[in-house]
Amino acid sequence: MIKSELNINDTKKVSIRDGFGDGLLNAAEKDKRVVALCGDLEESVRMAEFKEKFPERFIEVGVAEQNLVTVASGMAAMGKIPFAGSFAIFSPGRNWEQIRTTVCYNNVPVKIVGSHAGLSAALDGGSHQALEDIALARVLPRMVVISPCDAIEAKKATMAAAMTKDPTYIRLNRNATPVMTTEETPFEIGKAQVIFRSKDQMTNDKSNPKFKIGNHSGVGIIATGAVLHQALIVAKKLDGEGKSVAVMNLSTIKPLDEYAVIKLAHETGAMVTVEEHQINGGMGSAVAELLAQHYPVPMEFVGISDKFGQTGKYEELLELYGLDEKNIYSAAQRVMLRRQ
Amino acid sequence: MLLTEEKVKFLEKKAAEIRRSIIDMLIEAKSGHTAGSLGMADIFTYLYFHALKHDPKNHNWPYRDRLVLSNGHICPALYAAMAHAGYFPVEELNELRKLGSPLQGHPHREWLKGLETSSGPLGSGLSQAVGMALSDRMDNGKSSGRQFFCLLSDGELDEGNSWEGAMLAGKEKLQNLTVIVDRNNIQISGFTEDVMPLNPLVDKWRAWNWHVQEVDGHNFADIDRAVNEARAVFDKPSVIIAYTISSKGIPEFERKYEWHGKAPTTKEEIETALSAFNKIS
Repeated sequence: MIKSELNINDTKKVSIRDGFGDGLLNAAEKDKRVVALCGDLEESVRMAEFKEKFPERFIEVGVAEQNLVTVASGMAAMGKIPFAGSFAIFSPGRNWEQIRTTVCYNNVPVKIVGSHAGLSAALDGGSHQALEDIALARVLPRMVVISPCDAIEAKKATMAAAMTKDPTYIRLNRNATPVMTTEETPFEIGKAQVIFRSKDQMTNDKSNPKFKIGNHSGVGIIATGAVLHQALIVAKKLDGEGKSVAVMNLSTIKPLDEYAVIKLAHETGAMVTVEEHQINGGMGSAVAELLAQHYPVPMEFVGISDKFGQTGKYEELLELYGLDEKNIYSAAQRVMLRRQ
Repeated sequence: MLLTEEKVKFLEKKAAEIRRSIIDMLIEAKSGHTAGSLGMADIFTYLYFHALKHDPKNHNWPYRDRLVLSNGHICPALYAAMAHAGYFPVEELNELRKLGSPLQGHPHREWLKGLETSSGPLGSGLSQAVGMALSDRMDNGKSSGRQFFCLLSDGELDEGNSWEGAMLAGKEKLQNLTVIVDRNNIQISGFTEDVMPLNPLVDKWRAWNWHVQEVDGHNFADIDRAVNEARAVFDKPSVIIAYTISSKGIPEFERKYEWHGKAPTTKEEIETALSAFNKIS
């Protein structure tokens, strides 16, 4: 096991948004400038406890997402660090231009918190499933985009975001999902973590006399958000089959940890990206834009393939749209075949 | 500050200079918004030379009042008032809309010192001013002494975001917020009441629990009385609906919506514009 290897067995399940709620409280206790604004969803986006503890620093704007971020922009201009919370489909969905102009173009430290992202608004149906928010956020100059893999990482990401001057989008999943990281797992905005390496991957470095540049035999899997769990299970399976495999947790999608991504491509020579988002414009696209310029390797994209979602249980939807272990496993097999 | 007759005369002279600067900038740039810039020249003059607590030499002075221009397209008036007030040399006004210029086509706070926000896309300035006023009250209570001014166009009241901000300001009883609506009755493609009727405009603001006043936007005494009344209102945000004449100062262009979004560019238009101002000055 390498130092940052994550737990996938016997994990307890906690909602990623709970981690955000903890992180927000923590950040608010440390820094008086932290304020929270909410669009009539304080319970859903886990701002209720903040409201109870810091009522004078909580602003309820009603069901008005355009107002949510523009008021936050004004507060940031006065020195506050506002967290603006809603569902991802509405923020950055409905209020994208306001985020572009009054937050990013204006260059103020507003933190956009989009909950119920990906397929996690499952039973609410396709109207509420935000599968485009990463694309919307990452196309904006100056915007930092974070998609935590579990509740503990969401807490760390929230606390870290509260300490930067950057416009930031934090993407949250609604459902209880496996907690893979621990309080000790390293987290830094802009840093990707390789969290699993098969045995031969672990020796694939320059201190190993067998190491040869371009001697690719494995696959690198890059995942963002809760689906990292599925990616890890697939990696262990491939490892058991004697394949060389490494898994990266890419929780900061922007700024992209270019060095780490290129290094992983260099080490493995084939890449699979996994995200609960449209393939178009998502995390995989960010990785492909980088690798196409600097280190092209065959890639497979696991994500939603230019479709809207529908009503269903979260797990049913993950399977239907190919975000299950079976599909990630076949993508890994395909990409390794394509290299040969 | 008392608005004496002498001060009114000074403001009238200053407004004429600012109008002249605006038309010179627009002619030089060959692009920009004539109607609203000239129509709001008196109000910008009043704010920068009488009402605002500000320091042109120390634009980050924390105790300053804040002025948020929501309809950024009338920035020639803002830039001209700022230059004449001493934020930057008047000669630099001819850099409007040129590559690398601090005087961007729509205002950007990182390009020009002294701007509170970057604006242009309509309908989001009021909410930003609401956020500022809320923050100030959060930190300093109801008597910080800072006033938050927000200038809106009437056309941008078509935007839903404007009314979302108005609703929140009413809910929060933001007594430190004063909005001035440029009621010139035109927007880019026609008269406001043809494009999207706003009347009864006074009733709309009242319905969101605002203190509403109506003024002649070219009468300094009238504007001053309303701004002072707004400062005195303790439990509501205030809106001043300022009736203005678009393209004020060039009779041939006045009240014509065709001048909303363009600058004088033909020889004839430039002569018309300049001769109107030469008559005054």
